[in-house]
Amino acid sequence: MKTLIDELKKKYELKKFTQQNEFTCFVTVSKKHAVPFITHLRDVENFTHLSLVTAVDRIEEDLFQITYILHNYQLKMDLGVRVFINRNEPVMESIHHLWKQAATYQRELKEMFGIDFPGSPGVDESLFLEGWDNIPPMRRDFDTRKYVSETYFPRKGRKTHDPATYMRNKLYPTENSQ
Amino acid sequence: MENLAKTIGYALISLFVITNYGLVLNGIVRKIIARVHGRLGPPVWQPYLDIIKTYGKRTVISHGIMFLLGPIFRLAGGVGTYLFIPAIFGSEIFSNFSFSGDLLLVMYFIFFGQLGMALGSGEGGHPYSAIAVGRGLSQMTAFEFPFSLSVIALAIQYHTLSITDIVAAQQGGILHWTLFTNPFAVIAGVISMLGMNMYSPFDIVIAPQEIPIGPPTEMQSGLLGMLQTNRGVFNAAKLVLFMNLYFGGATNIFSMIAKTFSIYMISVIVGVAFPRFRTEQSIRFFLKVPLVIAVLAVIYVSVL
Amino acid sequence: MKKEKQSKNLILPNNDLPENERHLFCDARPQPSKILGKYVENFLNWARANSLWILGFGTGCGAIELRPLMTSRYDMFRYGIAARPTPRQSTVFIIGGYASVKTLKRIVKSYEQMQDPKFVLALGSCTINGGMYWDSYNTINRIDHYIPVDVYITGCMPRPESLIAGLDELKKRIMEGKTLGANQYAENFDWYKANQKKIIKDWNMPDFNW
Repeated sequence: MKTLIDELKKKYELKKFTQQNEFTCFVTVSKKHAVPFITHLRDVENFTHLSLVTAVDRIEEDLFQITYILHNYQLKMDLGVRVFINRNEPVMESIHHLWKQAATYQRELKEMFGIDFPGSPGVDESLFLEGWDNIPPMRRDFDTRKYVSETYFPRKGRKTHDPATYMRNKLYPTENSQ
Repeated sequence: MENLAKTIGYALISLFVITNYGLVLNGIVRKIIARVHGRLGPPVWQPYLDIIKTYGKRTVISHGIMFLLGPIFRLAGGVGTYLFIPAIFGSEIFSNFSFSGDLLLVMYFIFFGQLGMALGSGEGGHPYSAIAVGRGLSQMTAFEFPFSLSVIALAIQYHTLSITDIVAAQQGGILHWTLFTNPFAVIAGVISMLGMNMYSPFDIVIAPQEIPIGPPTEMQSGLLGMLQTNRGVFNAAKLVLFMNLYFGGATNIFSMIAKTFSIYMISVIVGVAFPRFRTEQSIRFFLKVPLVIAVLAVIYVSVL
Repeated sequence: MKKEKQSKNLILPNNDLPENERHLFCDARPQPSKILGKYVENFLNWARANSLWILGFGTGCGAIELRPLMTSRYDMFRYGIAARPTPRQSTVFIIGGYASVKTLKRIVKSYEQMQDPKFVLALGSCTINGGMYWDSYNTINRIDHYIPVDVYITGCMPRPESLIAGLDELKKRIMEGKTLGANQYAENFDWYKANQKKIIKDWNMPDFNW
């Protein structure tokens, strides 16, 4: 795999390469080379299976990271392609022309993160959250607990039976009063 | 006047007996099917509880006048079917109105109930009701073919269309039954009975896993109660008809119960063993071998 | 004055439907039903308790615990319980587990289409206080703020034996005449509707689904 990446590094400006374990590697590519790189992987290098499209909210660096995980049936290896896009204008090119199921993944990302994929069929339709009018809920600046305590009716008297605290209070009861 | 009151009284007694018999028969069959599955089933009087519960609902939704008339037509069809068949040959109470009706009128009433139900369900506006009504009517048209040919064969054989006379001609021993004098007609008739009773493999009309319960999808409360009552009367009426036509009729109430129960068990045994046909498969089934057997029955009695 | 106020109250606004479709839907407000005399009602309650028809709508995880009930081992049919596919003909609605906002809209629609008397059985801890999903932005915490509940069955998920025990408890309550959920819904209709509309934001149904 490393040889493959070295071959393509010059052409597509690949950056950080990490080998996660025996079967999985990750590589970073810039936004403008992302879709040509993925097309090259699918057509030439036999990474014909799209496993997953997901996103990570890197709020400290003001970026969204979109990860495409592709699988190669000949080498039996996974390759994760990381793309960083600007968090304030989250728009990414769509890959629904390569794999039809990417349209559903992109719909989910639009709903949960707010990342737009112009041209993807049905990307504006809601998948799970019908009539959602808040910010996309998977972003890290969405306060879930506050939203839940305002919208739904939490029942008071909720206790947690965390084993560590329970055993600590049982074995050292004098510390409990502190 | 006194005669009229007596006739109406006898008809009501007869209807009461046959309704209870039909409902208890339903309960017993459910119990038997459950024991075949290896479990205890619902108690034998469960249909009564269902009917009481359904009539005891406090609200009812109506979709218009035709919707309300649908179950009334169905119940009228069931009651009408029964009242023109002599249940017990020679008995005064259970002869019903068989002097004023004949076999073709009874066949008409069998069809009339389903048609009224179809109109009522269509008014309900549910798309699944419409699909089920289409399936039900096309399947009914298919099984009417061998059944009517078999009835024509009987009419030719006994030179009459009155059910009382057909029963009278079969008295005098077991070898006089139509089962032994014209077996082709009986086989065709029993196969179309399987289609009529709507057990598997012909239960696509009321297929509960496919479309919510078929034509009575929108029926609730009192309307559903009427349909459940009809289920008791109509099933028993059809069984009594088949007993009279093919198996020699009954001269007392015990032989009627024994014979109708055995005929119903044919339907149930086939029902628990077979999966479901699609509508076009069941139509094709009825138009192949049973139709040939029924035509053979007509030829058999015309030639002899 | 009072009569006018009463007649105004009997009609629901149906504001969320488009204008041209409003005439297709009924806009009457649900009314609480009368309870009949003591002996008749006892007899009817006995029949209702011994012939429970469950709506075959598997909301959430509880659906998987309903299926073993229909098999030979746990056999709910011997209690007179049967599963019906349409809300028009069923009496018991089993809320199996968590209810997301999307499912709650369908639960409300099915519940309102059932006929009086209707009972609700809530399975699992997610219906009581939110359970495992109490801090999720998409699942509700307490189902009894949206539809009236008769019996809660605790567990995550309760086994079929617990379900049968819960159904037994429901039968006892029906025979005592304490299950008047439909009347409670009709009397507190505005409160339930306000709670429902607070979280179901794309309400494209009539106010009461007759």
